[in-house]
Amino acid sequence: MKDLRVWGLKKSPWVFHVAAASCNNCDIEILDVLTPRFDVERFGIVLVGSPRHADALLVTGVLNRKSLPRVLRVYEQTPKPCLVIAVGTCACDCHMFKDSYNVVGPYDRHLPVDVYIPGCPPKPEAIIAGVVKALSKL
Amino acid sequence: MILKALFNFLIFPGFLFMVLFGLFLTWIDRKVTARIQWRKGPPIYQPYADALKLLLKETLVPNGAPKFLFLFSPLLGLVGVIIAGVILLSSQFSFTGDLIVIIYLFALPPIAIIIGGSSSKNPLSAVGASREMTLYFGYELPFLLALLVPVIKSGSIKISQILLYQENFGPILYSLSGVLAFIIALFSVQAKLGFVPFDIPEAEQEIMAGPLLEYSGVSLLFFKLMRAALLFLLPIFLIILFWGGIKTPWVILKFLFILVLLILLKNTNPRLRIDQALKFFWIILGLLGVVAVILAFNRL
Ligand code: SF4
Repeated sequence: MKDLRVWGLKKSPWVFHVAAASCNNCDIEILDVLTPRFDVERFGIVLVGSPRHADALLVTGVLNRKSLPRVLRVYEQTPKPCLVIAVGTCACDCHMFKDSYNVVGPYDRHLPVDVYIPGCPPKPEAIIAGVVKALSKL
Repeated sequence: MILKALFNFLIFPGFLFMVLFGLFLTWIDRKVTARIQWRKGPPIYQPYADALKLLLKETLVPNGAPKFLFLFSPLLGLVGVIIAGVILLSSQFSFTGDLIVIIYLFALPPIAIIIGGSSSKNPLSAVGASREMTLYFGYELPFLLALLVPVIKSGSIKISQILLYQENFGPILYSLSGVLAFIIALFSVQAKLGFVPFDIPEAEQEIMAGPLLEYSGVSLLFFKLMRAALLFLLPIFLIILFWGGIKTPWVILKFLFILVLLILLKNTNPRLRIDQALKFFWIILGLLGVVAVILAFNRL
């Protein structure tokens, strides 16, 4: 039963993109990953429009006081089991904004993050490599 | 007798067969789409992996939504499609199925989507449900006009009589009114499947997933299976009514032809607005349908 669940999750991870106050560059790289050039549908990865359908949340940007409740809400709306993938240096460790009065810290202070993909912004290849590593860890 | 009915409903040609085969067809759809976009596309087990994953995931009900309606509507749609399929496929052999029943059963999936969308307590779902309703009224008129053509030609609403007529006088498609009616029915099928020029209720870029927005886990799986079974059933329905039934082995080629036509239509067209779709269905296809019916009365 557990094996089946892991296999299903591994072979068809549907991702939902949570853009929580990033500078938009990471978001654009994520869109790059989903273009026909990289063809992530080979691995069953599909971008979905609703957190209810998602198996993995791609979080980008630096977490601040405004976006924290929203991100937590999206995480609660996602049916479990789900992965959280932090894309970009901002999401991993707050980057150059770490001393700002408004920043409430990296994602792993509030959510169980499974994968960190650093880079400003990370290359599409790096994002794919990170997701593949996360899936093989399951 | 009861055992046989149960077998028909649950295994062949019912639930299990239709769902497994329908999922395979969704793979063909995704693969052809991928090849058109110069990609490799998903592996053959992809739809089954998706189904398995959804089956084992958590099913959430939004806060404040009527639980029964929310969870019951996907089941309603799926059961409607399966019953329609059993009647259609067994009408080939013994059951004297009736066209009216099939039309009503094919109305169940959109009704299920409307109920589900409006009971999920999400404004975007409500917008999607209302669009689905409008679209349903749009495509049903030309669809019924197109179905009138085989009925007029064979003089009966029994599917077995329509098939008998086609066995004696050749398929209905090979006549002027038949071609017109087939084209109209093809567009309506495209809309019934929610494929791209008419995927207005689910418009991903505007209202995310529309009525399916709040569904997760098993309830979402039921909707996906409903779509998959429809993808199998509607082309079969067209072949039975217009193209001489499904008894000969040629049916595989005919089926693939219709399927690939639908997929190409899907991949080469941008989405219409809801008012444009309504105009297209009522004015252009509606008039064409009237012409087809008049031609059919004159035995053309
Ligand atoms: S990591 Fe760099 S590119 Fe990504 S959101 Fe932060 S500043 Fe922008």
